[in-house]
Amino acid sequence: MTRRYAAWLYLAPALALLITFTYVPVANMVVYSFTSWDGLDVTMDPVGLDNYVRVFTDERYWRVFLISGYYFVASFAQIAIALYFAVILSFNTRFRNLFKGILFFPYLLNGVAVGFVFLYLFQPDGTLDTVLRWAGLGDQTHYWLGDPDIANISLAGTSVWRFTGLSFVLFLGAIQSIPGEIYEAAEIDGAGDWHKFRHIIVPGIRRIISLSFILAISGSLSVFEIPFIMTGGANGTRTFVVQAYETAFQFRQIGLASAMAVVLLLIVLLITWIQRRLVPDEEVTLS
Amino acid sequence: MKKAAKYVSLIVASAVVLLPLIVVLFAAFKTHAEYSSSGPLTPPESWLNVDNFATAWTQGRMLLGFWNTTVILAISLTGTILIGTLAAYAMSRFDFAFKRLVLGLFLVAALVPGVTTQVATYQIVKSMGLVNTPGSAIVLFLGTDIISIYIFIQFMQSIPPSLDQAAMMDGASRFTIYRRIILPLMKPAIATVAIIKGIAIYNEFYIPFLYLRSPDLSVISTALFRFKGPYGAQWETIAACTMIVILPTVVLFLLLQRFIYNGVTAGATK
Repeated sequence: MTRRYAAWLYLAPALALLITFTYVPVANMVVYSFTSWDGLDVTMDPVGLDNYVRVFTDERYWRVFLISGYYFVASFAQIAIALYFAVILSFNTRFRNLFKGILFFPYLLNGVAVGFVFLYLFQPDGTLDTVLRWAGLGDQTHYWLGDPDIANISLAGTSVWRFTGLSFVLFLGAIQSIPGEIYEAAEIDGAGDWHKFRHIIVPGIRRIISLSFILAISGSLSVFEIPFIMTGGANGTRTFVVQAYETAFQFRQIGLASAMAVVLLLIVLLITWIQRRLVPDEEVTLS
Repeated sequence: MKKAAKYVSLIVASAVVLLPLIVVLFAAFKTHAEYSSSGPLTPPESWLNVDNFATAWTQGRMLLGFWNTTVILAISLTGTILIGTLAAYAMSRFDFAFKRLVLGLFLVAALVPGVTTQVATYQIVKSMGLVNTPGSAIVLFLGTDIISIYIFIQFMQSIPPSLDQAAMMDGASRFTIYRRIILPLMKPAIATVAIIKGIAIYNEFYIPFLYLRSPDLSVISTALFRFKGPYGAQWETIAACTMIVILPTVVLFLLLQRFIYNGVTAGATK
């Protein structure tokens, strides 16, 4: 009889943490989202769907969804750049490891450090302006973070700089796991580089590309560090999570912030479900 | 021609990656007067001027930041590895009811973006009395981890069960098998988890920012972030502090390159 329960003993710590810090918060969040709780009161006043109505009708709240668009578009650029470099570095290249290391390295850096590096780069008369002037594009200088028309593009660019390395290494790994004989066979059949890319590499890394798109969508909806550190959400750069953070921890509107978080969570789960439908995963098997 | 285009693109990309970092390195070695009068692309007059590093180190209490980060990192990593391997042992070596359900719970949790649930998680951590203690960051780093359990399960399945059975014949208990046979064989998977989790914890900003408000509890990220206000006009000091934070990452990357690539790939695709 003891044997039957032994497994639960080994699982207990992991399950306890999982339930306490993931499932209980999610459940509480749903409850909070129907109240006007401020995080301190003993009682929670129910307000029905008011918080949800506000998230979708008050411009301050739904506008932050649009900001995700900048990061979403940027993540396409990120995937394209990463794919290009993964393909060229999967063939014979001099200093291959050096280039691989350089391209990947930004991903490992501390987010606050990255934020400061780019604050410095985007300063008026800073590095970017100097380089533009040097290249004869002096009239293209801007207040990169001060001008609301440009600020989100600058921040999304920072995000591309930071995360391209991850996509690149994932793609490179997937390409290298394609057996070499397939390329040789294709060469004998007279396939050119484009054909090899289109018919061998792309199908070989389809799964990782689809995973990258999912990460791109949920990533662009939950952008926090870069705008929070660099602009604090000023100049029209407030993202969904920055807004939720301020609502919860500065204005103490836990109910409203919970409604925002529930909406975000539902969107992420929906998108993941759609992706699973479109590109069936290799089944995760257990024994 | 095609070859040339390939190398040109690689060199341009390398420049785009490195230039933002190099100019910060330049700034870190400049005096305040020199910083104000020279352009960002001009190298510093003296590479031996470490005043900014000294200011950043003492004013930013970076030693404290590194110490706090190290303590949290060491406890969280040890805990993750123990909890994760135990759970993986149960999942791969025992038969029990609701196994699929448990796996599903871990799977679905992996989809919940951690930043969104902090509104509610904060209330729980607060009710445990852990806010503003290192314990808050530690339990959250332990609790948010699903990927490690996956890596452990995958690896454990490659260890032949006949080893367990042989040991059981010799009268070893289940726990002895875990401790004497499974755990020692798990070293490569443990290294992978330690690397990806270690990097993630070292770089984490939101959790320490939210839960470790007291300046005495600063970790690396929050210690650096605190520079933004008071040193806003002294970029040379901020630059030095940024370099202090980046340096350990550079060293670790150069030493452990191969493991890091493998770990990151395993962590993201599992």
